[in-house]
Amino acid sequence: MEKKTKRRDFLFTATYAVGAVGAGAVIWPMIDQMNPDASVKALASTEVDISAVDPGKTITVLWRGKPVFIRRRTQEEIAEARSVKMEDLKHPEKDEDRAKDPEWLVMLGVCTHLGCVPLDQKGDYNGWFCPCHGSHYDTSGRIRKGPAPTNMEIPEYKFVDANTIKIG
Amino acid sequence: MSEHEYTPKSKVGKWFNDRLPLLTLANHLTDYPTPKNLNYWWTFGGILTFCLITQIVTGLVLAMHYIAHADMAFQSVEHIMRDVNYGWLIRYIHANGASMFFLAVYIHIFRSLFYGSYKSPREIIWIIGIIIYLLMMAAAFLGYVLPWGQMSFWGATVITNLFSAIPLVGEGIVTWLWGGYSVDNPTLTRFFTLHYLIPFLILGLVVLHIWALHVPGNNNPIGIDIKKPSKDTVPFHPYIVIKDGFALLMFMIVFAFFVFYTPNILGHADNYIEANPLVTPAHIVPEWYLLPFYAILRSVPDKLLGVIAMLSAILILAALPWLDTSKIRSAVFRPLYKQFYWILVADVLILGYVGAMPAEGLYLLIARIATAYYFLHFLVVLPVLGFKERTTPVPLSITEPILGGSPNLAAVKKKDSFKVQ
Repeated sequence: MEKKTKRRDFLFTATYAVGAVGAGAVIWPMIDQMNPDASVKALASTEVDISAVDPGKTITVLWRGKPVFIRRRTQEEIAEARSVKMEDLKHPEKDEDRAKDPEWLVMLGVCTHLGCVPLDQKGDYNGWFCPCHGSHYDTSGRIRKGPAPTNMEIPEYKFVDANTIKIG
Repeated sequence: MSEHEYTPKSKVGKWFNDRLPLLTLANHLTDYPTPKNLNYWWTFGGILTFCLITQIVTGLVLAMHYIAHADMAFQSVEHIMRDVNYGWLIRYIHANGASMFFLAVYIHIFRSLFYGSYKSPREIIWIIGIIIYLLMMAAAFLGYVLPWGQMSFWGATVITNLFSAIPLVGEGIVTWLWGGYSVDNPTLTRFFTLHYLIPFLILGLVVLHIWALHVPGNNNPIGIDIKKPSKDTVPFHPYIVIKDGFALLMFMIVFAFFVFYTPNILGHADNYIEANPLVTPAHIVPEWYLLPFYAILRSVPDKLLGVIAMLSAILILAALPWLDTSKIRSAVFRPLYKQFYWILVADVLILGYVGAMPAEGLYLLIARIATAYYFLHFLVVLPVLGFKERTTPVPLSITEPILGGSPNLAAVKKKDSFKVQ
Protein backbone atom coordinates (compact mmCIF):
# COMPACT_ATOMS: atom_id res chain seq x y z
CA MET A 1 0.00 0.00 0.00
CA GLU A 2 1.37 3.37 -0.93
CA LYS A 3 1.95 5.70 1.98
CA LYS A 4 0.21 8.99 1.58
CA THR A 5 2.06 12.09 2.66
CA LYS A 6 0.07 13.65 5.40
CA ARG A 7 -0.06 17.14 6.82
CA ARG A 8 1.75 15.76 9.90
CA ASP A 9 4.70 14.42 7.84
CA PHE A 10 5.12 17.87 6.31
CA LEU A 11 5.10 19.47 9.74
CA PHE A 12 7.74 17.01 11.03
CA THR A 13 10.04 17.60 8.05
CA ALA A 14 9.64 21.36 8.28
CA THR A 15 10.39 21.25 12.03
CA TYR A 16 13.56 19.16 11.54
CA ALA A 17 14.74 21.51 8.78
CA VAL A 18 14.21 24.67 10.84
CA GLY A 19 15.78 22.95 13.84
CA ALA A 20 18.86 22.01 11.82
CA VAL A 21 19.30 25.58 10.56
CA GLY A 22 18.89 26.89 14.11
CA ALA A 23 21.44 24.40 15.47
CA GLY A 24 23.89 25.40 12.73
CA ALA A 25 23.40 29.09 13.49
CA VAL A 26 24.24 28.42 17.13
CA ILE A 27 27.20 26.11 16.47
CA TRP A 28 28.97 28.34 13.94
CA PRO A 29 29.81 31.20 16.38
CA MET A 30 31.08 28.54 18.80
CA ILE A 31 33.46 27.26 16.12
CA ASP A 32 34.44 30.60 14.59
CA GLN A 33 35.38 32.16 17.94
CA MET A 34 38.49 29.97 17.81
CA ASN A 35 39.74 31.57 14.57
CA PRO A 36 42.26 34.45 14.73
CA ASP A 37 40.61 37.44 16.39
CA ALA A 38 40.68 41.09 15.32
CA SER A 39 43.68 41.94 17.52
CA VAL A 40 45.71 39.10 16.03
CA LYS A 41 44.78 40.09 12.49
CA ALA A 42 45.70 43.71 13.21
CA LEU A 43 49.36 42.72 13.65
CA ALA A 44 49.49 41.45 10.10
CA SER A 45 52.40 43.54 8.75
CA THR A 46 55.83 44.59 9.98
CA GLU A 47 58.63 46.83 8.63
CA VAL A 48 62.28 45.80 8.89
CA ASP A 49 65.44 47.87 8.56
CA ILE A 50 67.98 45.86 6.54
CA SER A 51 70.76 48.45 6.23
CA ALA A 52 73.00 46.59 8.70
CA VAL A 53 72.85 43.19 7.00
CA ASP A 54 76.11 42.25 5.27
CA PRO A 55 76.32 39.72 2.42
CA GLY A 56 76.30 36.18 3.77
CA LYS A 57 74.32 37.17 6.88
CA THR A 58 70.76 36.36 7.89
CA ILE A 59 68.51 38.26 10.25
CA THR A 60 65.42 36.71 11.78
CA VAL A 61 62.40 38.83 12.55
CA LEU A 62 59.10 37.89 14.12
CA TRP A 63 56.04 38.33 11.91
CA ARG A 64 52.64 37.03 13.03
CA GLY A 65 54.43 35.07 15.76
CA LYS A 66 56.54 33.26 13.20
CA PRO A 67 60.20 33.79 12.33
CA VAL A 68 60.99 35.35 8.93
CA PHE A 69 64.49 34.85 7.56
CA ILE A 70 65.93 37.79 5.64
CA ARG A 71 69.17 36.62 4.05
CA ARG A 72 71.54 38.73 2.00
CA ARG A 73 72.93 36.05 -0.25
CA THR A 74 76.48 35.83 -1.60
CA GLN A 75 77.11 35.62 -5.34
CA GLU A 76 78.01 31.90 -5.01
CA GLU A 77 74.73 31.17 -3.26
CA ILE A 78 72.76 32.97 -5.95
CA ALA A 79 74.66 31.11 -8.68
CA GLU A 80 74.06 27.80 -6.88
CA ALA A 81 70.34 28.50 -6.46
CA ARG A 82 69.86 29.57 -10.08
CA SER A 83 71.80 26.68 -11.65
CA VAL A 84 69.61 23.91 -10.18
CA LYS A 85 67.62 21.91 -12.73
CA MET A 86 63.86 21.94 -12.17
CA GLU A 87 63.64 18.15 -12.45
CA ASP A 88 65.94 17.79 -9.41
CA LEU A 89 63.41 19.59 -7.22
CA LYS A 90 60.67 17.99 -5.15
CA HIS A 91 58.67 21.20 -5.34
CA PRO A 92 59.82 22.91 -8.55
CA GLU A 93 60.07 26.69 -8.19
CA LYS A 94 62.53 28.97 -9.97
CA ASP A 95 64.83 30.97 -7.74
CA GLU A 96 63.90 33.99 -9.87
CA ASP A 97 60.32 33.64 -8.64
CA ARG A 98 61.35 33.23 -5.02
CA ALA A 99 63.80 36.14 -4.74
CA LYS A 100 62.66 39.23 -6.64
CA ASP A 101 65.97 40.90 -5.88
CA PRO A 102 68.47 38.01 -6.16
CA GLU A 103 70.55 39.34 -3.30
CA TRP A 104 67.68 39.24 -0.81
CA LEU A 105 65.87 36.08 0.13
CA VAL A 106 62.86 36.79 2.35
CA MET A 107 61.03 33.70 3.54
CA LEU A 108 59.13 32.21 6.46
CA GLY A 109 61.64 30.41 8.65
CA VAL A 110 59.24 27.59 9.23
CA CYS A 111 59.88 24.04 8.09
CA THR A 112 56.95 22.89 5.98
CA HIS A 113 57.05 19.47 7.60
CA LEU A 114 55.88 20.17 11.14
CA GLY A 115 56.72 23.81 11.77
CA CYS A 116 60.16 23.84 13.42
CA VAL A 117 62.69 26.61 12.74
CA PRO A 118 65.45 25.31 10.42
CA LEU A 119 69.10 26.13 11.17
CA ASP A 120 71.01 28.53 8.91
CA GLN A 121 74.02 27.40 6.82
CA LYS A 122 73.50 23.73 7.59
CA GLY A 123 72.57 20.61 5.72
CA ASP A 124 73.68 18.98 2.48
CA TYR A 125 72.72 21.91 0.23
CA ASN A 126 74.41 24.85 2.03
CA GLY A 127 71.05 26.32 2.88
CA TRP A 128 68.96 25.30 5.88
CA PHE A 129 68.55 22.13 7.87
CA CYS A 130 65.63 21.33 10.13
CA PRO A 131 66.83 19.58 13.30
CA CYS A 132 63.44 18.10 14.14
CA HIS A 133 62.98 15.56 11.38
CA GLY A 134 65.94 16.15 9.08
CA SER A 135 64.72 18.22 6.11
CA HIS A 136 67.44 19.82 3.94
CA TYR A 137 66.80 23.09 2.08
CA ASP A 138 69.00 24.76 -0.55
CA THR A 139 70.20 28.38 -0.77
CA SER A 140 66.80 29.33 -2.15
CA GLY A 141 64.95 27.67 0.73
CA ARG A 142 63.70 24.88 -1.51
CA ILE A 143 63.20 21.38 -0.10
CA ARG A 144 65.84 18.99 -1.41
CA LYS A 145 65.87 16.06 1.00
CA GLY A 146 63.78 14.88 3.95
CA PRO A 147 60.11 14.65 4.92
CA ALA A 148 59.01 18.27 4.25
CA PRO A 149 56.55 18.36 1.33
CA THR A 150 57.13 21.89 -0.01
CA ASN A 151 59.66 24.72 -0.18
CA MET A 152 59.75 27.22 2.66
CA GLU A 153 57.03 29.78 2.08
CA ILE A 154 57.73 33.24 0.67
CA PRO A 155 55.55 35.80 2.49
CA GLU A 156 54.12 38.84 0.80
CA TYR A 157 56.74 41.61 1.08
CA LYS A 158 57.98 44.71 -0.70
CA PHE A 159 60.90 47.11 -0.56
CA VAL A 160 59.58 50.34 0.91
CA ASP A 161 62.96 51.97 0.15
CA ALA A 162 66.51 50.65 -0.36
CA ASN A 163 66.91 49.88 3.34
CA THR A 164 63.44 48.83 4.44
CA ILE A 165 61.36 45.74 3.75
CA LYS A 166 57.68 45.62 4.62
CA ILE A 167 56.45 42.08 5.32
CA GLY A 168 52.75 41.34 5.09
CA MET B 1 23.08 -5.95 37.76
CA SER B 2 22.83 -8.49 40.59
CA GLU B 3 20.88 -11.66 39.95
CA HIS B 4 19.12 -11.48 43.30
CA GLU B 5 16.81 -8.73 44.47
CA TYR B 6 18.39 -6.61 47.20
CA THR B 7 16.38 -5.12 50.07
CA PRO B 8 18.02 -2.83 52.63
CA LYS B 9 17.60 -3.97 56.23
CA SER B 10 16.72 -0.63 57.83
CA LYS B 11 13.41 1.12 57.25
CA VAL B 12 15.14 4.39 56.28
CA GLY B 13 17.40 2.49 53.91
CA LYS B 14 14.42 0.84 52.28
CA TRP B 15 12.59 4.17 52.01
CA PHE B 16 15.62 5.79 50.34
CA ASN B 17 16.43 2.81 48.11
CA ASP B 18 12.88 2.71 46.76
CA ARG B 19 13.36 6.29 45.60
CA LEU B 20 16.99 6.13 44.46
CA PRO B 21 18.50 2.62 44.38
CA LEU B 22 22.01 3.68 45.41
CA LEU B 23 22.13 0.94 48.05
CA THR B 24 21.28 -1.66 45.42
CA LEU B 25 24.22 -0.33 43.39
CA ALA B 26 26.53 -0.47 46.43
CA ASN B 27 25.38 -4.01 47.12
CA HIS B 28 25.99 -5.00 43.51
CA LEU B 29 29.53 -3.58 43.64
CA THR B 30 30.26 -5.36 46.95
CA ASP B 31 28.89 -8.77 46.00
CA TYR B 32 29.96 -8.60 42.35
CA PRO B 33 31.12 -12.16 41.56
CA THR B 34 34.73 -12.15 40.37
CA PRO B 35 36.74 -15.08 38.96
CA LYS B 36 38.84 -16.46 41.78
CA ASN B 37 41.93 -17.00 39.65
CA LEU B 38 42.52 -13.32 38.83
CA ASN B 39 46.26 -12.58 39.05
CA TYR B 40 48.05 -9.31 39.79
CA TRP B 41 47.81 -8.17 36.16
CA TRP B 42 44.11 -7.65 36.92
CA THR B 43 44.82 -5.06 39.61
CA PHE B 44 45.65 -2.29 37.16
CA GLY B 45 42.01 -1.25 36.69
CA GLY B 46 41.95 -0.14 40.32
CA ILE B 47 45.41 1.42 40.00
CA LEU B 48 44.24 3.41 36.97
CA THR B 49 41.22 4.72 38.87
CA PHE B 50 43.64 5.87 41.56
CA CYS B 51 45.81 7.57 38.90
CA LEU B 52 42.83 9.42 37.42
CA ILE B 53 41.68 10.70 40.80
CA THR B 54 45.25 11.73 41.70
CA GLN B 55 45.53 13.73 38.47
CA ILE B 56 42.17 15.42 38.98
CA VAL B 57 42.85 16.38 42.60
CA THR B 58 46.43 17.62 42.04
CA GLY B 59 45.30 19.33 38.82
CA LEU B 60 42.55 21.24 40.61
CA VAL B 61 45.08 22.48 43.15
CA LEU B 62 47.60 23.49 40.48
CA ALA B 63 44.88 25.40 38.61
CA MET B 64 44.43 27.58 41.70
CA HIS B 65 47.99 28.89 41.27
CA TYR B 66 48.68 28.59 37.56
CA ILE B 67 48.10 31.52 35.16
CA ALA B 68 47.16 30.58 31.61
CA HIS B 69 48.80 33.48 29.78
CA ALA B 70 51.78 33.36 27.42
CA ASP B 71 53.58 36.09 29.40
CA MET B 72 52.96 34.60 32.82
CA ALA B 73 52.53 30.82 32.48
CA PHE B 74 56.24 29.98 32.77
CA GLN B 75 56.71 32.28 35.77
CA SER B 76 53.58 30.97 37.46
CA VAL B 77 54.88 27.39 37.23
CA GLU B 78 58.16 28.51 38.81
CA HIS B 79 56.06 30.32 41.42
CA ILE B 80 54.30 27.04 42.17
CA MET B 81 57.67 25.28 42.44
CA ARG B 82 59.34 27.88 44.68
CA ASP B 83 56.73 29.88 46.58
CA VAL B 84 53.48 27.96 46.95
CA ASN B 85 53.39 25.78 50.09
CA TYR B 86 54.09 22.22 48.95
CA GLY B 87 53.68 23.45 45.38
CA TRP B 88 56.76 21.48 44.31
CA LEU B 89 55.21 18.30 45.71
CA ILE B 90 51.84 18.81 44.06
CA ARG B 91 53.37 19.65 40.70
CA TYR B 92 55.81 16.73 40.80
CA ILE B 93 52.95 14.36 41.68
CA HIS B 94 50.92 15.73 38.76
CA ALA B 95 53.80 15.63 36.26
CA ASN B 96 55.03 12.17 37.29
CA GLY B 97 51.44 11.07 37.76
CA ALA B 98 50.95 11.39 34.02
CA SER B 99 53.83 8.97 33.44
CA MET B 100 52.53 6.59 36.10
CA PHE B 101 49.07 6.74 34.48
CA PHE B 102 50.54 5.68 31.14
CA LEU B 103 52.74 3.01 32.73
CA ALA B 104 49.61 1.51 34.30
CA VAL B 105 47.51 1.84 31.15
CA TYR B 106 50.14 0.09 29.02
CA ILE B 107 50.27 -2.83 31.46
CA HIS B 108 46.44 -2.86 31.46
CA ILE B 109 46.31 -2.90 27.63
CA PHE B 110 48.99 -5.59 27.27
CA ARG B 111 47.20 -7.70 29.88
CA SER B 112 44.10 -7.54 27.65
CA LEU B 113 46.20 -8.51 24.64
CA PHE B 114 47.69 -11.53 26.43
CA TYR B 115 44.48 -12.88 27.92
CA GLY B 116 42.20 -11.95 24.98
CA SER B 117 40.03 -9.70 27.14
CA TYR B 118 38.97 -7.71 24.07
CA LYS B 119 37.14 -10.66 22.51
CA SER B 120 33.41 -11.28 22.44
CA PRO B 121 31.43 -10.41 24.52
CA ARG B 122 33.78 -7.63 25.76
CA GLU B 123 34.30 -5.60 22.54
CA ILE B 124 32.50 -2.51 23.86
CA ILE B 125 34.59 -2.47 27.05
CA TRP B 126 37.67 -2.62 24.85
CA ILE B 127 36.57 0.15 22.47
CA ILE B 128 35.62 2.46 25.36
CA GLY B 129 39.08 1.71 26.73
CA ILE B 130 40.70 2.78 23.44
CA ILE B 131 38.72 6.04 23.50
CA ILE B 132 39.90 6.64 27.08
CA TYR B 133 43.47 5.96 25.93
CA LEU B 134 43.10 8.51 23.09
CA LEU B 135 41.71 11.09 25.52
CA MET B 136 44.58 10.37 27.90
CA MET B 137 47.05 11.13 25.12
CA ALA B 138 45.20 14.36 24.31
CA ALA B 139 45.15 15.41 27.98
CA ALA B 140 48.85 14.58 28.40
CA PHE B 141 49.80 16.57 25.31
CA LEU B 142 47.67 19.59 26.28
CA GLY B 143 49.01 19.52 29.82
CA TYR B 144 52.59 19.37 28.62
CA VAL B 145 52.05 22.67 26.75
CA LEU B 146 50.89 24.58 29.85
CA PRO B 147 54.28 25.27 31.55
CA TRP B 148 55.17 27.19 28.34
CA GLY B 149 58.75 25.98 28.18
CA GLN B 150 60.68 25.29 25.00
CA MET B 151 59.47 21.68 24.74
CA SER B 152 55.91 22.82 25.47
CA PHE B 153 55.98 25.37 22.68
CA TRP B 154 57.69 23.25 20.05
CA GLY B 155 55.81 20.11 20.98
CA ALA B 156 52.59 22.08 20.49
CA THR B 157 53.87 23.42 17.16
CA VAL B 158 54.82 20.00 15.83
CA ILE B 159 51.67 18.20 16.99
CA THR B 160 49.23 20.86 15.77
CA ASN B 161 51.10 20.94 12.45
CA LEU B 162 50.20 17.26 11.99
CA PHE B 163 46.78 18.55 10.94
CA SER B 164 48.34 20.61 8.14
CA ALA B 165 48.94 17.30 6.36
CA ILE B 166 45.21 17.12 5.58
CA PRO B 167 44.73 18.18 1.94
CA LEU B 168 42.95 21.49 1.19
CA VAL B 169 41.59 22.31 4.65
CA GLY B 170 44.71 21.41 6.67
CA GLU B 171 46.19 24.91 6.92
CA GLY B 172 42.81 26.38 7.86
CA ILE B 173 42.37 23.79 10.61
CA VAL B 174 45.82 24.58 12.03
CA THR B 175 45.10 28.34 12.10
CA TRP B 176 41.77 27.57 13.75
CA LEU B 177 43.44 25.39 16.40
CA TRP B 178 46.03 28.10 17.09
CA GLY B 179 43.63 31.05 17.04
CA GLY B 180 46.38 32.91 15.19
CA TYR B 181 49.25 32.38 12.79
CA SER B 182 51.46 30.54 15.26
CA VAL B 183 51.24 28.90 18.66
CA ASP B 184 50.61 31.85 20.96
CA ASN B 185 48.47 33.10 23.83
CA PRO B 186 45.09 32.12 22.29
CA THR B 187 46.47 28.60 21.85
CA LEU B 188 47.59 28.45 25.48
CA THR B 189 44.27 29.57 26.95
CA ARG B 190 42.23 27.07 24.93
CA PHE B 191 44.67 24.26 25.68
CA PHE B 192 44.27 25.02 29.39
CA THR B 193 40.47 24.87 29.09
CA LEU B 194 40.56 21.57 27.22
CA HIS B 195 43.16 20.10 29.57
CA TYR B 196 40.76 20.89 32.41
CA LEU B 197 37.78 19.35 30.58
CA ILE B 198 39.20 16.05 29.34
CA PRO B 199 39.80 14.33 32.72
CA PHE B 200 36.09 14.69 33.47
CA LEU B 201 35.22 13.16 30.08
CA ILE B 202 37.57 10.31 30.97
CA LEU B 203 35.84 9.93 34.34
CA GLY B 204 32.48 9.57 32.57
CA LEU B 205 33.92 7.01 30.17
CA VAL B 206 35.45 5.08 33.08
CA VAL B 207 31.95 4.71 34.51
CA LEU B 208 30.77 3.32 31.14
CA HIS B 209 33.89 1.10 30.96
CA ILE B 210 33.07 -0.44 34.35
CA TRP B 211 29.36 -0.65 33.59
CA ALA B 212 30.10 -2.52 30.37
CA LEU B 213 32.49 -4.76 32.32
CA HIS B 214 29.83 -5.66 34.85
CA VAL B 215 27.48 -7.00 32.17
CA PRO B 216 29.56 -10.06 31.13
CA GLY B 217 31.86 -9.90 34.19
CA ASN B 218 35.66 -10.12 34.29
CA ASN B 219 37.68 -12.19 31.89
CA ASN B 220 40.23 -14.38 33.70
CA PRO B 221 43.68 -15.88 33.14
CA ILE B 222 42.34 -19.03 31.49
CA GLY B 223 39.90 -16.96 29.42
CA ILE B 224 36.85 -19.21 29.78
CA ASP B 225 33.25 -18.23 30.40
CA ILE B 226 32.36 -19.00 33.99
CA LYS B 227 29.08 -19.38 35.81
CA LYS B 228 28.34 -16.47 38.12
CA PRO B 229 28.08 -16.74 41.03
CA SER B 230 29.59 -20.22 41.45
CA LYS B 231 32.54 -22.09 42.96
CA ASP B 232 34.64 -20.31 40.36
CA THR B 233 33.91 -16.86 41.75
CA VAL B 234 34.54 -14.84 44.89
CA PRO B 235 32.73 -11.66 45.92
CA PHE B 236 34.51 -8.44 44.95
CA HIS B 237 34.58 -7.38 48.58
CA PRO B 238 36.71 -8.24 50.48
CA TYR B 239 38.76 -10.55 48.20
CA ILE B 240 39.47 -8.32 45.22
CA VAL B 241 39.41 -5.11 47.24
CA ILE B 242 42.28 -6.40 49.41
CA LYS B 243 44.25 -7.72 46.44
CA ASP B 244 43.78 -4.43 44.51
CA GLY B 245 44.72 -2.48 47.63
CA PHE B 246 47.96 -4.41 48.09
CA ALA B 247 48.90 -3.96 44.42
CA LEU B 248 48.10 -0.26 44.70
CA LEU B 249 50.49 0.07 47.65
CA MET B 250 53.28 -1.54 45.61
CA PHE B 251 52.48 0.81 42.73
CA MET B 252 52.56 3.82 45.04
CA ILE B 253 56.09 2.88 46.12
CA VAL B 254 57.23 3.16 42.50
CA PHE B 255 55.23 6.40 42.11
CA ALA B 256 56.77 7.89 45.27
CA PHE B 257 60.25 6.86 44.16
CA PHE B 258 59.93 9.03 41.05
CA VAL B 259 58.27 11.94 42.87
CA PHE B 260 60.77 12.12 45.74
CA TYR B 261 64.03 10.80 44.33
CA THR B 262 64.13 11.60 40.65
CA PRO B 263 61.21 13.90 39.79
CA ASN B 264 62.67 15.23 36.54
CA ILE B 265 64.11 12.09 35.00
CA LEU B 266 61.06 11.54 32.79
CA GLY B 267 60.98 15.18 31.61
CA HIS B 268 63.24 17.24 29.39
CA ALA B 269 65.67 19.88 30.67
CA ASP B 270 64.70 22.10 27.71
CA ASN B 271 61.29 22.65 29.27
CA TYR B 272 62.91 24.71 32.03
CA ILE B 273 63.76 27.30 29.34
CA GLU B 274 60.90 29.68 28.58
CA ALA B 275 59.21 29.29 25.18
CA ASN B 276 61.03 31.09 22.36
CA PRO B 277 59.34 31.16 18.94
CA LEU B 278 62.65 31.96 17.19
CA VAL B 279 64.69 28.96 18.33
CA THR B 280 63.77 25.31 18.00
CA PRO B 281 65.54 22.98 20.46
CA ALA B 282 68.12 20.81 18.72
CA HIS B 283 66.36 17.55 19.50
CA ILE B 284 62.60 17.45 19.92
CA VAL B 285 61.20 14.31 21.50
CA PRO B 286 57.79 13.74 23.03
CA GLU B 287 57.30 12.23 26.46
CA TRP B 288 58.31 8.57 26.72
CA TYR B 289 54.75 7.25 26.52
CA LEU B 290 54.22 8.66 23.02
CA LEU B 291 57.58 7.55 21.59
CA PRO B 292 56.43 4.39 19.73
CA PHE B 293 53.88 6.42 17.77
CA TYR B 294 56.41 9.17 17.17
CA ALA B 295 58.78 6.55 15.71
CA ILE B 296 56.03 5.39 13.35
CA LEU B 297 55.37 8.99 12.27
CA ARG B 298 59.01 9.58 11.46
CA SER B 299 59.62 6.25 9.76
CA VAL B 300 57.34 7.21 6.84
CA PRO B 301 59.09 9.61 4.44
CA ASP B 302 55.84 11.29 3.33
CA LYS B 303 54.13 13.87 5.55
CA LEU B 304 50.49 12.88 5.02
CA LEU B 305 51.22 9.14 4.98
CA GLY B 306 53.30 9.48 8.14
CA VAL B 307 50.37 11.07 9.97
CA ILE B 308 47.98 8.44 8.62
CA ALA B 309 50.33 5.63 9.73
CA MET B 310 50.60 7.08 13.22
CA LEU B 311 46.84 7.46 13.65
CA SER B 312 46.19 4.00 12.17
CA ALA B 313 48.62 2.48 14.67
CA ILE B 314 46.26 3.58 17.44
CA LEU B 315 42.93 3.13 15.68
CA ILE B 316 43.82 -0.39 14.51
CA LEU B 317 43.48 -1.42 18.15
CA ALA B 318 39.76 -0.63 18.02
CA ALA B 319 39.35 -3.24 15.26
CA LEU B 320 41.30 -5.85 17.23
CA PRO B 321 38.26 -7.89 18.38
CA TRP B 322 37.53 -8.62 14.70
CA LEU B 323 41.12 -8.91 13.48
CA ASP B 324 41.88 -11.66 15.98
CA THR B 325 39.97 -14.61 14.55
CA SER B 326 40.82 -17.13 17.27
CA LYS B 327 37.93 -18.30 19.45
CA ILE B 328 40.32 -19.04 22.32
CA ARG B 329 40.84 -16.00 24.51
CA SER B 330 43.82 -16.71 26.73
CA ALA B 331 47.34 -16.96 25.30
CA VAL B 332 47.91 -19.73 27.88
CA PHE B 333 46.26 -22.14 25.44
CA ARG B 334 47.67 -20.53 22.27
CA PRO B 335 51.31 -21.64 21.93
CA LEU B 336 51.96 -19.69 18.72
CA TYR B 337 50.09 -16.54 19.70
CA LYS B 338 52.05 -16.45 22.92
CA GLN B 339 55.28 -16.17 20.94
CA PHE B 340 53.90 -13.49 18.59
CA TYR B 341 52.61 -11.61 21.63
CA TRP B 342 56.11 -11.30 23.06
CA ILE B 343 57.49 -10.32 19.65
CA LEU B 344 54.89 -7.52 19.59
CA VAL B 345 55.91 -6.39 23.08
CA ALA B 346 59.55 -6.29 21.93
CA ASP B 347 58.53 -4.51 18.72
CA VAL B 348 56.73 -1.74 20.64
CA LEU B 349 59.68 -1.35 23.02
CA ILE B 350 62.05 -1.08 20.04
CA LEU B 351 59.77 1.54 18.45
CA GLY B 352 59.85 3.46 21.73
CA TYR B 353 63.64 3.32 21.78
CA VAL B 354 64.19 4.47 18.19
CA GLY B 355 61.52 7.15 18.71
CA ALA B 356 63.87 8.76 21.22
CA MET B 357 66.85 8.54 18.85
CA PRO B 358 67.58 10.82 15.86
CA ALA B 359 65.70 9.75 12.69
CA GLU B 360 68.70 8.79 10.58
CA GLY B 361 70.89 5.89 9.49
CA LEU B 362 70.45 2.61 11.32
CA TYR B 363 67.79 4.01 13.68
CA LEU B 364 65.60 4.94 10.73
CA LEU B 365 66.01 1.48 9.21
CA ILE B 366 65.10 -0.22 12.51
CA ALA B 367 62.10 2.13 12.91
CA ARG B 368 60.85 1.18 9.44
CA ILE B 369 61.17 -2.56 10.04
CA ALA B 370 59.50 -2.26 13.45
CA THR B 371 56.67 -0.14 11.99
CA ALA B 372 56.09 -2.67 9.23
CA TYR B 373 56.04 -5.49 11.77
CA TYR B 374 53.59 -3.63 14.02
CA PHE B 375 51.00 -3.50 11.24
CA LEU B 376 51.87 -7.00 10.08
CA HIS B 377 51.06 -8.34 13.53
CA PHE B 378 47.54 -6.92 13.52
CA LEU B 379 46.66 -7.21 9.83
CA VAL B 380 48.24 -10.55 8.89
CA VAL B 381 49.50 -12.56 11.87
CA LEU B 382 46.37 -12.31 14.05
CA PRO B 383 43.76 -13.05 11.33
CA VAL B 384 45.75 -16.00 9.95
CA LEU B 385 46.74 -17.42 13.34
CA GLY B 386 43.08 -17.89 14.31
CA PHE B 387 42.69 -20.43 11.49
CA LYS B 388 46.11 -22.09 11.50
CA GLU B 389 47.01 -22.40 15.17
CA ARG B 390 46.56 -25.67 17.08
CA THR B 391 45.46 -24.57 20.52
CA THR B 392 45.88 -26.72 23.62
CA PRO B 393 42.75 -28.02 25.42
CA VAL B 394 40.92 -25.47 27.52
CA PRO B 395 39.50 -26.55 30.93
CA LEU B 396 35.75 -26.37 31.45
CA SER B 397 36.01 -24.41 34.67
CA ILE B 398 38.60 -22.78 36.90
CA THR B 399 38.31 -25.47 39.60
CA GLU B 400 38.33 -28.53 37.33
CA PRO B 401 42.08 -28.78 36.56
CA ILE B 402 42.76 -28.80 40.31
CA LEU B 403 39.86 -30.90 41.59
CA GLY B 404 39.82 -33.34 38.65
CA GLY B 405 37.19 -34.10 36.08
CA SER B 406 38.85 -31.94 33.48
CA PRO B 407 38.63 -32.90 29.82
CA ASN B 408 42.38 -32.33 29.85
CA LEU B 409 43.04 -35.19 32.27
CA ALA B 410 46.60 -35.84 31.10
CA ALA B 411 47.60 -32.35 32.07
CA VAL B 412 46.00 -32.79 35.48
CA LYS B 413 47.86 -36.05 36.12
CA LYS B 414 51.13 -34.54 35.02
CA LYS B 415 50.63 -31.72 37.45
CA ASP B 416 49.79 -34.13 40.28
CA SER B 417 52.83 -36.31 39.74
CA PHE B 418 54.96 -33.21 39.66
CA LYS B 419 53.54 -32.18 43.02
CA VAL B 420 54.26 -35.60 44.58
CA GLN B 421 57.89 -35.43 43.57
